[in-house]
Amino acid sequence: MTELKVSVSPHLRSSRTTQKIMLDVIIALCPALIAASVIFGLRSLLLTAVSAAFCVVLEFAWEKLMKQPVTVSDLSAVVTGMLLAFNVPATMPIWELMVGDVVAIIVVKMLFGGIGCNFVNPALIGRVVMFFSFTADMTNFPAPKGTVDALSSATPLALIRQGSIGWEEFGQLFIGVHGGVLGETCAAALILGGVYLCARKVIKPIIPLAYLGSTLLFSWIFGSPQPVLALFSGGLMLGAIFMATDYVTSPSTNLGKLIFGLGCGLLTALMRCFANSAGAVSFSILLMNLVVPYINDLTQPKPFGGVKAK
Amino acid sequence: MFLPRLHGVHVPHRKNTAGMAPERMPVPATVTIPMSMHIGAPAEPVVKVGDTVKVGQLIARTGGFVSSPVYSSVSGKVKKVDDMLMSSGRFMKAITVETDGEQAVYEDIKAPEVTDFQSFVDAVRDSGVVGLGGAGFPTAVKLAVKDLSQIEAVIINGAECEPYVTSDTRTMLDEVPWMEKGIKLLQKYLQVKRVVIGIEKNKPRCIEVLKGMAANLQGVEVMALPPLYPQGGEKVLIYNTTGKIVPEGKLPLDAGAIVMNCTTLAAIAKYIETGMPLVEKVVTVDGSAVKEPKNVIAPIGASMQSLFDFCGGFKSEARKVLYGGPMMGIAVPNTDFPVMKNTNAILAFDEKDATLPEPTACIRCGSCIDACPLNLMPAAIEAAYNKRNVDKLRELHANLCMECGCCSFVCPAKRMLVQTNKLAKGLIAADNAAKKAEADRKAREAAEKAEKEAAVK
Repeated sequence: MTELKVSVSPHLRSSRTTQKIMLDVIIALCPALIAASVIFGLRSLLLTAVSAAFCVVLEFAWEKLMKQPVTVSDLSAVVTGMLLAFNVPATMPIWELMVGDVVAIIVVKMLFGGIGCNFVNPALIGRVVMFFSFTADMTNFPAPKGTVDALSSATPLALIRQGSIGWEEFGQLFIGVHGGVLGETCAAALILGGVYLCARKVIKPIIPLAYLGSTLLFSWIFGSPQPVLALFSGGLMLGAIFMATDYVTSPSTNLGKLIFGLGCGLLTALMRCFANSAGAVSFSILLMNLVVPYINDLTQPKPFGGVKAK
Repeated sequence: MFLPRLHGVHVPHRKNTAGMAPERMPVPATVTIPMSMHIGAPAEPVVKVGDTVKVGQLIARTGGFVSSPVYSSVSGKVKKVDDMLMSSGRFMKAITVETDGEQAVYEDIKAPEVTDFQSFVDAVRDSGVVGLGGAGFPTAVKLAVKDLSQIEAVIINGAECEPYVTSDTRTMLDEVPWMEKGIKLLQKYLQVKRVVIGIEKNKPRCIEVLKGMAANLQGVEVMALPPLYPQGGEKVLIYNTTGKIVPEGKLPLDAGAIVMNCTTLAAIAKYIETGMPLVEKVVTVDGSAVKEPKNVIAPIGASMQSLFDFCGGFKSEARKVLYGGPMMGIAVPNTDFPVMKNTNAILAFDEKDATLPEPTACIRCGSCIDACPLNLMPAAIEAAYNKRNVDKLRELHANLCMECGCCSFVCPAKRMLVQTNKLAKGLIAADNAAKKAEADRKAREAAEKAEKEAAVK
């Protein structure tokens, strides 16, 4: 008889893996990707594919170079790449998007130790860097295909400030036929993805609901003319469902998630109502990312039968 | 009354042998009976090499208050009394008996005289019964309650939440009269007002049978519990049946509860009725490598290999063999290990099931927090252990962990969470010991100094 394997219990593991979780996120992003290709043309697909592939290549190359175990099979780089592409307009030059990829994967993710070790969301930092480096290209929102009217080409945030939007255009906004970056315009597709993630128990709905709810509440308190519209604009849906829920950079406890979501909503509403609204969602989530360790510490669940440690 | 539900995980049930009535295996050529099949002091052998022993004969007496006597499970001749390697990695004295195949019963066996609480507890001690659910805590010690009014409820544990294991299921189906007698004994001598039998809902037949039994008894109720691992964990079961929380570092009795496994209960009743102590066990033999999974009636001390042989051997090479279920069972290095008092299952797995996935980086998904029945933060405990931060480990209540393994089971990154928590407990214990040693040293030095000063004066 060959030697038996000996290990400490448990001797049984669930079938959930990091790879399966990331695959679910990729699936959840697909409705928005399809919507983007319909609204802005096939260049959306090209940008997304290039960005995802380049992120994988970067991670692979870095790990080879640093003689680390290769982890690209966990698919997290694909998610980062897709999210980065979702944050640029369809007209964005590819090389500029690749700069964002390098920042996200190399600077934010790999330099801090790879998956699970980054303290801010890599895709968001990539976006912010692109936003400040290539501001013109990042804000050159193309009109949806086959439309020419003012509503379609302007972003909802711009429209809100002009006060020139009525409830009848609401449906059009919901399905995403308006100016914006790839992944943010079609609220319906993003919500569909979010529902899928919740149904697959990849994420809990706490952060998205807290974020969206508090943005609505605080926008109304701060006197925004159309707070409901704010929900469907400026990448809030994309941020609330896919960015703020990133495991690594959001709290692990339920109470922590609630606080995190509320904080994101408050900051977003503040920036939109009292500052330059561009990038409010990105900056809100990034700022809240920074306080996650503190939130985690403060919201430690009460152990069952636990007595206070001496 | 609203009670928050404890977390847990949905493990696969794989109760393949639930419908199989136990079969008696042939008497093996030898049995090796360890002197410690319980928590506490090892028993002390009272036989020597060459002695003839019979079934039910005392071969080792209790080694202390928290201990349990050991009886021969076979008739034959004592071949060896020496050290054997246990699954814990420690050496333990064991008695090897060469069997004669007669299974002659010891002549002096007679039902003990039980008249009051003390004689009942004594009888339980003499029965050699320990916690048969797996823990192996001497039952008599658990029952030796100073103030009987403290007991609000006795909870009979029929949860059997581990995958594969069905030996308790068989007790609840095949030994109802013994369970009934056991409950009556507890009611009579411990003045127990409330008896709750907790069974996971995946055993509807057991629930039905025991509800039938409870209908004829006063103060006995059967509670169908959700099949959520670790339902049979002591603290979990107490909470889910009575709503009481056992505080950290306290005993179930502090929450008014005594938990007893259903097979333990039946074994006590058998001894008090017949005088035959605990010498055999129903053991579930299953796992992907086993040819014909069965429930086997095995003499204590029979080697794992003899049980596997009785079940047709292996259909594929066994690569991992366990005492107990896959969630908390103990892996052994070979199949020579014996059936012990607290063995409820012996599982053998093929290469595929024996191979565990490699750990990858924590993605901080929080699944372990959502899985922990005790509301701990396993990933945070792991991080604190890796930094050897003892204070943080205390703050995170690492010592509260009951090592059920839910966190490791759910972790998508396949991290060794419960395994690390076990190490963390060791680290805390070492730190406590070091602090105590330091305090003792200071006290001694102070005393010496005082003595010297006194001498000078």
